[in-house]
Amino acid sequence: MRIVIIDDSGLRATVLEEGLREAGYDDIHIVPPRGAFVARLERMAPDVVLMDLGSPSRDTLEEMLTVSRALARPIAMFVDQSDEAMIGAAIDAGVSAYVVDGLRKERVKPVLELAVRRFNAFARIQAELDEARGALSDRKVIDRAKSILMAQRNLSEQEAYSLLRSSAMNQGKKIVDVAQALITASELLGGGL
Amino acid sequence: MTTKLRIAFLPLTDAAVLAAARERGFAEEERLSLDLLRTTSWATLRDRLVYGQVQAAHMLAPLAVAVTLGLSQQPAALAAPYKLNVNGNMLVMAKEFAAALAPETAGRLADPLGTAHDFAAAIGLWRRKPVIGVVHRFSSHALMLRYWLASAGVDPDRDVVLRVLPPSLTVEALHAGEIDGFIAGEPWGSAAVEADLAETVAVGERIWQRGVEKVLAFRENWLEENPETVDSLLRALVRSAAWCDDPGNHEVLADLLSQPQYVDQPAYLIRRALTGQMVIKASEPAISNPDFLLFSREATPFPWRSQALWIYSQLTRWGMAEHTAENAARAGAVFRPDVFRRALAGSDVPMPGASMKLEGAVASPLPVGSRKGDLTLGPDRFFDGRVFDPERIDDYLAGFARKR
Repeated sequence: MRIVIIDDSGLRATVLEEGLREAGYDDIHIVPPRGAFVARLERMAPDVVLMDLGSPSRDTLEEMLTVSRALARPIAMFVDQSDEAMIGAAIDAGVSAYVVDGLRKERVKPVLELAVRRFNAFARIQAELDEARGALSDRKVIDRAKSILMAQRNLSEQEAYSLLRSSAMNQGKKIVDVAQALITASELLGGGL
Repeated sequence: MTTKLRIAFLPLTDAAVLAAARERGFAEEERLSLDLLRTTSWATLRDRLVYGQVQAAHMLAPLAVAVTLGLSQQPAALAAPYKLNVNGNMLVMAKEFAAALAPETAGRLADPLGTAHDFAAAIGLWRRKPVIGVVHRFSSHALMLRYWLASAGVDPDRDVVLRVLPPSLTVEALHAGEIDGFIAGEPWGSAAVEADLAETVAVGERIWQRGVEKVLAFRENWLEENPETVDSLLRALVRSAAWCDDPGNHEVLADLLSQPQYVDQPAYLIRRALTGQMVIKASEPAISNPDFLLFSREATPFPWRSQALWIYSQLTRWGMAEHTAENAARAGAVFRPDVFRRALAGSDVPMPGASMKLEGAVASPLPVGSRKGDLTLGPDRFFDGRVFDPERIDDYLAGFARKR
């Protein structure tokens, strides 16, 4: 079974491809949805096309599926329309799949289930990365607020941090929000560092 | 108790009525909480609606008809009781291509027939078949472009390449030379003009003066099972639409739509379609097109069955749908004037007495029979003067004299 993954994100495609290979599928190709990707796809004559539901290029792909003769009567996203749990899981995970007509659903279903699991795993990795990036920039904001306090109120670093923390607790806010407000106020007053 | 509704939309200026309903309190007044889900392709918007992830969607009117007829992936009976706008499209072509057209841009827009013939001649001069981006096979844009090209003897399936791409990728594709022009909803045409990549060649409003564009689509069974929620939503949208049409609100509306969760494009570009002040060429002053995009006046939201049937006539004209009595009936039934009437029965919205009309027969503003209040229909002519009689689709189709 030839599986083509249309994906812009190198990481997501890799996560999906690895999973498919581990499961024993070995005819896998990754095509980014740019330029003449439709012509490339046509030449590959895939049995299953997997794509991120959020990709803006889905309309372009579907148009190709409508007019192309290379892909003999490709059919809908889901082979078994009655499997609502599967469909719901796929849409939640952001997976869209196009399957060539004639492929039995028992053969397609494991591919779809795997894609759903891998897309979800990717989303988790992505969220963790975003969080890590967020934490990094949070720390910079807090550091900057600390140095403003240290310079303007002659506090030690520890004292500055304690002050930020207690203000945050008193106001029921996050430290980073209090720190950001302090930086903004300091900039407005022309006393920024 | 507040009812929550999820509605999918594409980042386009004509999603305005939904955005304003949420942000300006019109939904809240009806005890509705709208969760607007920004979507990047029509395919995904369709799937979210068909598979029940959202209750309603900002949908291309022809796509609602096509999904119901089983022409676009999983068939599902859809129902459109409300039109979110009429008009709002613009055809832009790369500057090198537009150079072969009339240089006087105001005249170019005012004379779509002449421009279509110029366009046909320009195709002959172009080094290859021009590639024109359309947002979807089942879009009003594609149907109007086909109608317009065919009037000058251009076969849209043979003489040009129509390439489907989402509105948000059009400007990039033009820049990369992958397409020679495109027809799309705003602000994307204006964005291409502003980037000095393209010039406006035609505006939808001059091809069909009151062209059906986006509808609010539901799954038919959900619509039937939730009449109270549907009615509340329609009442909220009617008030939102009146607010959106008011020139005094265009500035605020443009700012609202420019936000990242909506269109995420500069407010000054979005404002052009709202005010009808269209810039045709980067260096030129704007030209006024007061009917460029309508949300409310002249009973814009009313879903005339004849308009669904006009769409159907074009789908069969181009061989996308088989012309049968059953298909015609199903296509016409996608538009639901009965639901619109029910929802707004207690309001002061002027309501047409009929559900069908001749399309393209009104040359100047026309007062018509209305259940209450005064209703004036705006001019709705097609640029070639044809009139669509929904009772005589066969005659209408025969008039196009096409080989298919």
